[in-house]
Amino acid sequence: MEKRVVFRSAWLPYFLVAPQIAITVVFFFWPAVQAVWFSFQLQDAFGLKSQFVGMQNFAHLFNDRNYLTSFKTTALFSGLVAFFGIAISLLLATMADRVLRGAMAYKTLLIWPYAVAPAIAGVLWAFLFAPSIGIVTYVLKGWGVDWNWIINGDQAMLLVVIASVWKEISYNFLFFLAGLQSIPKSLIEAAAIDGAGPARRFWTIVFPLLSPTTFFLLVVNIVYAFFDTFGVIDATTQGGPGQATNILVYKVYHDGVKAADLGGSSAQSVILMFIVIALTVVQFRFIERKVEY
Amino acid sequence: MAAVSFRDVRKSYTPELQVIHGVSMDIKDGEFIVILGPSGCGKSTLLRMVAGLETITSGEIAIGDRVVNNLEPKDRDIAMVFQNYALYPHMTVYDNMAYGLRIRGLSKDDISVRVKKAADILELDKYLERRPRELSGGQRQRVAMGRAIVREPQVFLFDEPLSNLDAKLRVQMRAELQALHRRLGTTSLFVTHDQVEAMTLAQRMIVINAGRAEQIGAPLEIYANPATVFVASFIGSPPMNLVPRDGRLLGIRPEHLEPCAASDAMLTIDVDLIEPLGADILVYGHVGDRDSARVAARLPADALAQAGKLALRYDPANVHWFDPKSGLRST
Ligand SMILES: Nc1ncnc2c1ncn2[C@@H]1O[C@H](COP(=O)(O)OP(=O)(O)O)[C@@H](O)[C@H]1O
Ligand SMILES: [Mg+2]
Repeated sequence: MEKRVVFRSAWLPYFLVAPQIAITVVFFFWPAVQAVWFSFQLQDAFGLKSQFVGMQNFAHLFNDRNYLTSFKTTALFSGLVAFFGIAISLLLATMADRVLRGAMAYKTLLIWPYAVAPAIAGVLWAFLFAPSIGIVTYVLKGWGVDWNWIINGDQAMLLVVIASVWKEISYNFLFFLAGLQSIPKSLIEAAAIDGAGPARRFWTIVFPLLSPTTFFLLVVNIVYAFFDTFGVIDATTQGGPGQATNILVYKVYHDGVKAADLGGSSAQSVILMFIVIALTVVQFRFIERKVEY
Repeated sequence: MAAVSFRDVRKSYTPELQVIHGVSMDIKDGEFIVILGPSGCGKSTLLRMVAGLETITSGEIAIGDRVVNNLEPKDRDIAMVFQNYALYPHMTVYDNMAYGLRIRGLSKDDISVRVKKAADILELDKYLERRPRELSGGQRQRVAMGRAIVREPQVFLFDEPLSNLDAKLRVQMRAELQALHRRLGTTSLFVTHDQVEAMTLAQRMIVINAGRAEQIGAPLEIYANPATVFVASFIGSPPMNLVPRDGRLLGIRPEHLEPCAASDAMLTIDVDLIEPLGADILVYGHVGDRDSARVAARLPADALAQAGKLALRYDPANVHWFDPKSGLRST
């Protein structure tokens, strides 16, 4: 039996959803449409005139070395962020799942980083790793590591990965912990009686049962690494040194706002938009097909 | 197959909370033992100590001639069927049964032979490629049994495996369990709170109350000679009547009461509930006012049962006497 609410007035339901629709249209659809529109235009240097150029902006992009490099950088960056974000949080959740007493305290502490704004997370880690005054830098120097992410691209990448992963771990942790706690204890006990040691129990029972959660988090984390990490990058490396941490979303901002190439920047954001759409479709397809046991 | 023995086994989950207060028992090789008691009395705890899922606080448990106190579950050579079946949801029925065998390094052919044989016994052949969620409750139950059988362990442990089934299936599975035990002859420990299940399945049973073994013995022996007030009032449906008499407790089974003339009455009750069951009639009533002992009598189906005073008599040979202070049998 389907339960339905029936409104007396035909207008009331539309009226009730109107604010949400308005917000979506003004802040999401309209900019998206604008981006698509601008991506077919070429503007002069002063932004006074623009002319329709068709696919030219896109053609430009795919012949641009920097853009392709940024693609690779983004792939590397989001791969690292998603992998470590998931692996570390799964490890933490597995350990927290064993703790009975004080579990709430751990959970509360572990969720804090999620409440921190990306830019602040970036600044925090930038301070810790600051080339001359950072405490981590100091420790690393003691170990004979020459740390300076301002000039070393790999180190810069490492820094933004750490800051981004740190921020994302709490979110993943909560999902994994909930997933772990929904696995009946007797399953693990049955496996132990069947002769499986802890590692085997994890990989043959726990991990497969968590796979829907893991997949969900994988997509969410990739989307996060693609877009939400803007604040982290802007507050630390600003895409540098060179192009070392210039991920796609940062490049959109940089080219559009700093280099004033509105057409090229719009074309980039249209491409990003398609990437999100693709990820979302994959997500829904998979979740629809994927069973809950 | 192996004997199992408990030697003054105790369990405390926390220093203040002791749940098993010294259980000793010797289970013979191939015996079917039922652990019976009300919910929360420590039955699962006792079974899980045998399985190695709980540590033994003090005392010893031996399987065969090995003391297993410090052995991991996998090294105890036991198999367990859980109340919720604990099937691996992401594996097929075949893989559920094969999981433990693969870990133990059996060859593919051996595994296939064993699983097929178990599936044959349990009539699961058609479902080997299904996942647990595609099975009915009864079929899942069988898979859980199959997973235990294929391992060919020394001891089977069952923790209320039938309690999630509907009444009809439960009766059927009870019969199948008996048949299975006749066929395999594996030592079995079966936990239940259902005394009918215990009476029908057990070769011997151990009645537990609040972490203490009240009585150990064959079902009919326990029924005929309950050692304590608790056992008397726990076993039988309805259980034994207990009426205070001369500072002691008189125990008499409902079926040992018969109606008689008021002048011959050994017990008179004020009937307030009549349950005609077809084969016989159950009548209930108090021996005095509302706070006095309540008595049930099982009368023949043709007895004239009505509300009001009912005179009853019994054969003194069927009476049991208990000491109300210690709760122990006093004759
Ligand atoms: N892991 C545990 N920690 C603390 N107390 C427990 C634990 N498991 C069981 N208990 C307690 O031990 C007693 C016996 O429990 P259990 O063996 O599960 O009883 P049964 O199986 O007879 O219903 C109960 O009072 C229960 O609350
Ligand atoms: Mg129990």
